[in-house]
Amino acid sequence: MKAVSVPLLVGIAKLFSGATLRWVDCQPDTCQRIYFANHTSHLDALILWASLPRNIRALTRPVAAKDYWVRGPVRRYMAHVFNALLIDRDEIKVHNSPIDMMLKEIGSTYSLIVFPEGGRNTSSEMQPFKSGLYYLTKKRPELELVPVYLNNMNRIMPKGEFLPIPLLSSITIGPPMWLEPGESKNAFLERARKAINELQDI
Amino acid sequence: MTLFDFRLFDQPTLILLLSNLAVLGLLFGVGRFLRRKSESELDINIVRSFNRNIVAWFIVCLVLAFALMIHWVVTVVFFWVVSFWAQREFVTLTPTRPSDHRTLFWVLLLFPIVQYLLVGFEQYALYTVVIPVYGSLFVGARIAFANDPERFLERIAKIQFGLLITVYALSHAPALLTLENLQTYNSETGQMQIWGGANGGLLLYLVVIVQISDLIHFVVDRSLGKHVIAPRVNQTRSWEGLIVAACISAVVGVVIQVFLPVTPFQVFGSGFMAMIISIMGSSGGMTMSAIKRDRGVSSHGMMIQGHQGVLDRIASLCFAAPIFFHVTRYFLEQPVVETARLTILSQIAWCV
Repeated sequence: MKAVSVPLLVGIAKLFSGATLRWVDCQPDTCQRIYFANHTSHLDALILWASLPRNIRALTRPVAAKDYWVRGPVRRYMAHVFNALLIDRDEIKVHNSPIDMMLKEIGSTYSLIVFPEGGRNTSSEMQPFKSGLYYLTKKRPELELVPVYLNNMNRIMPKGEFLPIPLLSSITIGPPMWLEPGESKNAFLERARKAINELQDI
Repeated sequence: MTLFDFRLFDQPTLILLLSNLAVLGLLFGVGRFLRRKSESELDINIVRSFNRNIVAWFIVCLVLAFALMIHWVVTVVFFWVVSFWAQREFVTLTPTRPSDHRTLFWVLLLFPIVQYLLVGFEQYALYTVVIPVYGSLFVGARIAFANDPERFLERIAKIQFGLLITVYALSHAPALLTLENLQTYNSETGQMQIWGGANGGLLLYLVVIVQISDLIHFVVDRSLGKHVIAPRVNQTRSWEGLIVAACISAVVGVVIQVFLPVTPFQVFGSGFMAMIISIMGSSGGMTMSAIKRDRGVSSHGMMIQGHQGVLDRIASLCFAAPIFFHVTRYFLEQPVVETARLTILSQIAWCV
């Protein structure tokens, strides 16, 4: 079933977003990575995932909001097709940490797509990052952290709308980064945020 | 049923198409040659840009030829696809507010499809008004209903103008194929008679003249251009380019009509039409430059990183097509007496 539905969903996502993908100081690779991106639309995860090269796409799981993607059979099926890792945003507890769940799910093969702003942003400036990215890399320091800048997604489907419009967008993938030894949480999160901001002007 | 439909192609049209492709091929060769030795004499970017234009026109002519041969409706669909790409570029280029989302949904998905369907079903009385009347009123009202008065008129103007240029104007190019009962002047009898040519010729004539005018404009601006028309809008487009392009287009129009009569025009009429097409094409290029300059995008740049501008390439065609269509139809289409409606109307009039 997925042999048909995956290319179909990828095709539709690419057609609707008109996304062009650029790799800047970064090569496509199937090694384990955490792609972190700015978040302005529910379609971010789907479009970024669909735009990745096929062999990488097969090994990459986007982290998405459970409350949105389980509502209704269409969304649930789409989330199943793009292999989303659904996180319950309302029930984040210490003993049920989403970080542990993500790490368990990706094992030693999959890569992740995460949105460290936590929720979709409506202003032009990125919101401060939530600490999840820091804990992810603290627990698995060998994973490459790859910044991704998504442009124009919020116009394809803004917050509060349920139908997308077919505009054009672009995706810029920047050079990988790692947690520096002894780097504090806030300094790291700020550096990660800056890494995405720098991709805006390239 | 045969695979190819040659009703839209008579012999002169086919020859015009082939010679056009040959000329483009030749120019492509010249471009490649210049590119190789360009380091010393010419700016490499200009040569690249020239080569890109040639390749784009070559592809357009080739696709158009195939579309015309298969079925004229395929040509309509082809232009719909081009419109769709151009319009999404246009909307991407001009910022809108989140409250315009639903207006844009209808404007991007409904109106273009309706417009091209009406062209496909040859509903002249509808496709000439559906966007300028229904569409433009709808855009204003729908944005008002969205409860966001900020920069209201500006947003309406952007969305309406995009729809008008990329969909309405461009749809008049395939609409040329639907013109029926065109008349032509017969110099032997001195009377007007029904034109026996193929409509594909008209469309090809338009495309060829627009393309020649564009290329000449491009070359003359960069070689002889001294008097720039509007430096704040576009730093290269010059009066020399505009005038030379219009004159050479007129000559080409005359030459085409003498050797390959693909249009119902007389020889000088064809020159005049070619001149109109050329001037409209230049105006289209200027307008697109102004839009991009307003948005702070440099000329021939990318609207959003990594996208080649379809809009750049078709701006001149968008401006030339509706005028060419209208002038041709206004002067040459034989008026059809709508007897049925007249009788009903006159009956009502009599009753009253």
